[in-house]
Amino acid sequence: MKSRRLAALLLLPASAITLIAFLLPMGWLARLSLDLNDGGILVAAVTADNYRHFFTDAFYLGVLWRSVWVASSVAALAVLAAYPIALFLFRTRSRWRGLLAVLTIAPLLVSSVVRTFGWMIILGDQGWINSTLLALGLIAAPVQLMNNTTGVLIGLTEIMMPTTTLALLAGFARLDLTLEEAARTLGASPWRCFRRVTLPLTAPGIAVGVLVTFVLSISSFITPSLLGGGRVPMLASTIYEEALETLNWPMAAAISLILIAVFGAVLVGYERLARRWA
Amino acid sequence: MSIGFRALVAALFCFLLAPLFVVLLTSFSNDAFLAFPPREWGLHAYRALWANQAFREGFGVSVALAGTATLISLGAGTAASYAIARSRLPGREALLALFTAPLLLPGIILGLGLLLVFAQFGLLATWTGLVIGHCLVTLPYVVRVVLTALRGIDATLEEAAAVLGAAPWRVFRRVTLPMMLPGMTAAAALSFLASFDEVVITLFLVGPRLTTLPIEVWHTIEYRADPQISALSVALIALTAALVVVVERSLGVLRAMGR
Repeated sequence: MKSRRLAALLLLPASAITLIAFLLPMGWLARLSLDLNDGGILVAAVTADNYRHFFTDAFYLGVLWRSVWVASSVAALAVLAAYPIALFLFRTRSRWRGLLAVLTIAPLLVSSVVRTFGWMIILGDQGWINSTLLALGLIAAPVQLMNNTTGVLIGLTEIMMPTTTLALLAGFARLDLTLEEAARTLGASPWRCFRRVTLPLTAPGIAVGVLVTFVLSISSFITPSLLGGGRVPMLASTIYEEALETLNWPMAAAISLILIAVFGAVLVGYERLARRWA
Repeated sequence: MSIGFRALVAALFCFLLAPLFVVLLTSFSNDAFLAFPPREWGLHAYRALWANQAFREGFGVSVALAGTATLISLGAGTAASYAIARSRLPGREALLALFTAPLLLPGIILGLGLLLVFAQFGLLATWTGLVIGHCLVTLPYVVRVVLTALRGIDATLEEAAAVLGAAPWRVFRRVTLPMMLPGMTAAAALSFLASFDEVVITLFLVGPRLTTLPIEVWHTIEYRADPQISALSVALIALTAALVVVVERSLGVLRAMGR
């Protein structure tokens, strides 16, 4: 394309959408986080009070700590659960490989509300697990698997698994199957071969998997809200409540910026790692 | 690969697919609530779903909204991708990063930002507000997918047409556009899906009289779980599968998702 004016014209509609729906709201959000809230009424100000409040109040600190804890646990669990699948998909020469790859990614395209609903059916007090255990006489009363952290951990781990698998596979480039064969031929036991060859070569994939899963988990809203039943407040659900229930918009905005800061810190860590492995 | 490893992988696949399997199975329960095992099998849930007025209205809103947002972002996104791929305008890489940046941020923050601005301009619980909010979701997908497709097209074919005397518009219409169509089809399908399934941002923008289908589902399952929701979920999965087939046939799912 020769004409710069034409190129600029073609870029105009998308730029306008991005300006109105993205840049303006984000700027507004940043500005509002410096305002004050007085019983649901917005008071214009330029103060760091919301941030100070967040980092001194036991409730908010609890939310931050819980979010980091849940996201780290889910990152570890999802990588543990996705690693064998990724390794299998990477190694297999089976004619089912294509189908299995599709089955791995397919849940990613299904709405997380639907998938979380599936977990509600499984984990509820009258759910599949409790009904089965009760019928077998293994328990006398339903075990609480939902509306608590356990439920959030189980559900969120499964929700993250397809993304984690893709991230792992993307980092498996250095894994050469002939190296594993060589180690085995030279007499290494399967476990030793895994620990000394496979694991070091897939370490970049594991790092990417952990980071991606952590970032997505710490900002997740749907699954923690539904499976936590309001008893597992995390950063995203607290933003939602401050915005739509307490109507403390400045606080909601401040928590959003704190979440973005966590994101930024993790992404910087990721960049550093990626450069080291590149 | 040993038997033990294969068994482990099989078990993990079961875990991964458990919620979808459970939803499918319970949708054929005739019970009033979700008991396990269902006392009676049948199609009651699907009949009740068909008769549910709130879900029907939500479905209408969702389809119209996803269609509108897809049309707008397909137009704006294709034009922008073409300019980014084929011009030497300075700063076009920065613009590309800006257009796809919303994909990196959590929906909850994007939704809150829109709420704050829309409250100021009276756009909450309006069609305009919903369409703008959903374009924010769909535009990054369109730009990324169409650009991937465009970069896979040999630019020398366009140059050849130009050298042979075709006017720029003719080159675009007869050479570029036909080659771009698979990418645009995949982008449209993905965009429709992204808008149709959107919950988090939409929660901030809807009102009692204007609600999308996923929001209706969200508010329903906060309080109760019955086979009707399972049936609805199966219908949504079927819609997803149909759109995924469109993406796979036109561009390939993996390529469209940038892997």
